[in-house]
Amino acid sequence: MQKPRTRWHILVFLAPAVLIYTAVMIFPLFNTLRLALYSKIDQERVYTGLQNFQTLFGDPIWSEQFWNALGNNFWFFLIHMLVQNPIGIALAALLSHPRLRFAALYRSAIFIPTILSFVIVGFAWKLILSPIWGIAPSMLDAVGLKSLFAPWLGKEEYALTTLALISVWQFVGIPMMLIYAALLTIPEEILEAGEIDGITGMSAFWKIKLPLILPSIGIISILTFVGNFNAFDLIYAAQGALAGPDFSTDILGTFMYRTFFGFQLQLGDPHMGAAIAGAMFAIILVGVCIYLFGIQTRMRRYQL
Amino acid sequence: MKQKFMSKALAATALASGVLLGAAASAENVTLTIESWRNDDLTLWQDKIIPAFEAKHPGIKVKFTPSAPAEYNAVLNSKLEAGSAGDLITCRPFDASLALYEAGRLSNLADLAAMGNFSDVAKSAWQTDDGSASFCVPMASVIHGFIYNKEAFAELELAVPETEEEFFAALEKIREDGSYIPMAMGTNDQWEAATMGYNNIGPNYWKGEEGRLALIAGEQKLTDEAWVAPYETLAKWGPYLGDGFEAQTYPDSQNLFTLGRAAIYPAGSWEISGFNTQADFEMGAFKPPVQAAGDTCYISDHTDIGIGMNAATANPEAAKTFLSWVASPEFASIFGNALPGFFPLSKTPVELSDPLAKEFVSWRGECESTIRSTYQILSRGTPNLENETWGASVAAIKGASAPADLGKELQSGLASWYAPQQ
Amino acid sequence: MSSARKRPFNTLAMHGALILYTLIALFPVFVILINSFKTRKKIFREPLALPDAESFSLVGYQTVLKQGDFFLYFQNSLIVTVASLALVLLFGAMAAFALSEYRFRGNLLMGLYLALGIMIPIRIGTVAILDLMVSTGLVNTLWALILVYTAQGLPLAVFILSEFMRQVSNDLKDAARIDGLSEYTIFGRIVLPLVRPALATVAVFNMIPIWNDLWFPLILAPAEEVKTLTLGSQVFIGQFVTDWNAVLSALSMAILPVLLLYVIFSRQLIRGLTSGAVK
Repeated sequence: MQKPRTRWHILVFLAPAVLIYTAVMIFPLFNTLRLALYSKIDQERVYTGLQNFQTLFGDPIWSEQFWNALGNNFWFFLIHMLVQNPIGIALAALLSHPRLRFAALYRSAIFIPTILSFVIVGFAWKLILSPIWGIAPSMLDAVGLKSLFAPWLGKEEYALTTLALISVWQFVGIPMMLIYAALLTIPEEILEAGEIDGITGMSAFWKIKLPLILPSIGIISILTFVGNFNAFDLIYAAQGALAGPDFSTDILGTFMYRTFFGFQLQLGDPHMGAAIAGAMFAIILVGVCIYLFGIQTRMRRYQL
Repeated sequence: MKQKFMSKALAATALASGVLLGAAASAENVTLTIESWRNDDLTLWQDKIIPAFEAKHPGIKVKFTPSAPAEYNAVLNSKLEAGSAGDLITCRPFDASLALYEAGRLSNLADLAAMGNFSDVAKSAWQTDDGSASFCVPMASVIHGFIYNKEAFAELELAVPETEEEFFAALEKIREDGSYIPMAMGTNDQWEAATMGYNNIGPNYWKGEEGRLALIAGEQKLTDEAWVAPYETLAKWGPYLGDGFEAQTYPDSQNLFTLGRAAIYPAGSWEISGFNTQADFEMGAFKPPVQAAGDTCYISDHTDIGIGMNAATANPEAAKTFLSWVASPEFASIFGNALPGFFPLSKTPVELSDPLAKEFVSWRGECESTIRSTYQILSRGTPNLENETWGASVAAIKGASAPADLGKELQSGLASWYAPQQ
Repeated sequence: MSSARKRPFNTLAMHGALILYTLIALFPVFVILINSFKTRKKIFREPLALPDAESFSLVGYQTVLKQGDFFLYFQNSLIVTVASLALVLLFGAMAAFALSEYRFRGNLLMGLYLALGIMIPIRIGTVAILDLMVSTGLVNTLWALILVYTAQGLPLAVFILSEFMRQVSNDLKDAARIDGLSEYTIFGRIVLPLVRPALATVAVFNMIPIWNDLWFPLILAPAEEVKTLTLGSQVFIGQFVTDWNAVLSALSMAILPVLLLYVIFSRQLIRGLTSGAVK
């Protein structure tokens, strides 16, 4: 199949993407990550090796913040995995039902939150959950559950979970669309073969469809992981750079941003910021490697 | 390879055209760009300040390009680093601007003749620690205090409180009556609690400048009574804030008050212009209550905003012309009256017309002025005292930590990097 | 139609679940839209009431429209989004095809290299990117944004597209090769149409963050002539803003064009999805 002569077309196919990507993304990023190995001493940039990382993990002022942010980040991710993806799959399964009427309408409507900006999402939910303007409290009141209401975004114990659920609300359209697309590509013959064996309805979903869409679920999981560990905007828009109350909503992205660019009277420290970014990079890299080498290779690929 | 060459060639072209443009500009029209975080003031600059300047100085055009306050520092620093920042830069007070000067981003303005229009105190927020270089023209200060709903006070037959006892008595009475939320403040955004809470009432406890300078010198500690007591007072505020104040944001607080649902608003004078347009009832102001009648009162009269020159500007002459004008009484009068609540810092007194602003500024005559305790020097290291104070003030109001513990925590944080406190 | 699809399925429950979720999805948008047309007092007194003759007000929109040329902003956003999307899809599909189709030395390495970008937020590189744009004279041009968004979108595009392209049947391509079609033709005529659902997915994935981005427009292209819609409306959503009429109107104006675009695009998207499935 492969020809021995130089295959110029491979170069042609790769060149534009690689060039733009290298010049505008990789080069600036590594230029910045390099800063992690330096420190600023008396206006001079001095090479200090791994000292910034030592500070990050060794100095309690930094390490406490780091572990707090990392723990919060895992919780944030867990909620997405447990809430967003199952709901996404369930919606996709309902929507892909061939006899469903208004499917296009539902699909479009459910995807709408995904196209909104974080600023809008943050503002809208703060307005709804506000204890003062009372959309959520009065709605709970109407169904007799007023006592359940609390100023969620202002309480240490609820704020992060509330924000994670808002984020789920916003992004559930993505797993839904991906799974939906995957479900549509399942060939009719396979389902019909199942029917002959008496596998229909719910059991057809569990026994035939689900195994077939596992690769898509894999991709969604890893995208969720990467997205969550890079997340920043929603929390910044809703709770500000200090990720209140009392850093209970601080995740790695907000911690890195606050350190790198500074905030209010806090001067930006690109060197420590880059060190945090380096740590984030390592965490995400480990996660992606686990996926690529541990999970993906074990998953059977169905060539259609 | 090719790409590198391309970018160099492009850079050369850009540079050449820049030089050409620059040369042409000095002979013809110059446009100055101002970087600022005051996006609220955009119309004011466009409609009043800039036309006034351009009328006097034909040939210089000015553009005001603000970004949101939360992003200002990051945006400005990135632009300065890459050389795409505007000619004039709005300065935050103290270390943020000092760092820019030390990094060579802001020019020294000590030899600008118009700097003589300002007192040393006014200039101190934008000077090197030894006072040898000044890098921003002071524009305005803001004063803390409390704004109240006059109609609500009349309805409940409340007198304006002078002492802390009267203050809490008034709050209690408003709460008992129930038709108003006693005080509009939330802890969601954190800075409100520190700025309008701790630094508003604090100077009366640590005796203004006396305590502030002693803290910087290392003679007082944050565990001292004077620094812990304001947290004890803040802890008593909690019950008088509205339901769910934990999730109440700054705009929520502003709206609660201007819609007439809250009686008292712990304020900064910068609120005046916004409140004037939004509230349809009469407002008054009172200064932070003292502990016992007859005590000397202290107010936070905080140097808040200045403007400096980008050291890399292509139009230094025009920029200096603009800065000299900002330092003039004419600017002070336009600015002070267009933005009541931002009090000009120039030596020439400015006649203010807004009654609420007049009330605030009159306290300068009755009380000792100081600036916010955390701004000078003490927020230079990590952990940053100002940001720590936000968290501590919130914890005090919520009752999450005991005031004495907060003092201990803040002190150990400060002592971890600040030599005079070690 | 097969017999299974006719089996009694609780259609009512399905519709119930979907309607419930649709309401949850649309409710916040609805709240913002109705309140943007009300007077300030009514926003706070009755946040859920529809605007009526008494509470109807356009004051927010008037404030917002005075502030800038929103039509121009919209045009800028549209150019940037469409151009970046086109580049991401074209270059991303080409690279993904090379990676998934050919075995060559460094294939795996190249794949990993192209995936690196997914793992680090590009914002960290802001200063270096700004440097690059300043030195190439691209600051305050739409090109600066297009290049950044293209670079930002490529890793994910390559990742998703190569995943899908591996599923394209080899027989089809080999048959084409025997017929003497060039590799470019195979890519353009056979593989691209087959991965249309994936292309649609990538397009949607990328469109949203590009349209909504505030950060790069603020830093790379803040000038009036190249302002994007999101940046233009941001003036009203700062930390110190109390004018909720203006905020809600600005937010609505930022939502509406995307909604409109989405409604138009969503037809294409669905068609792409289904035609991919039918084969």
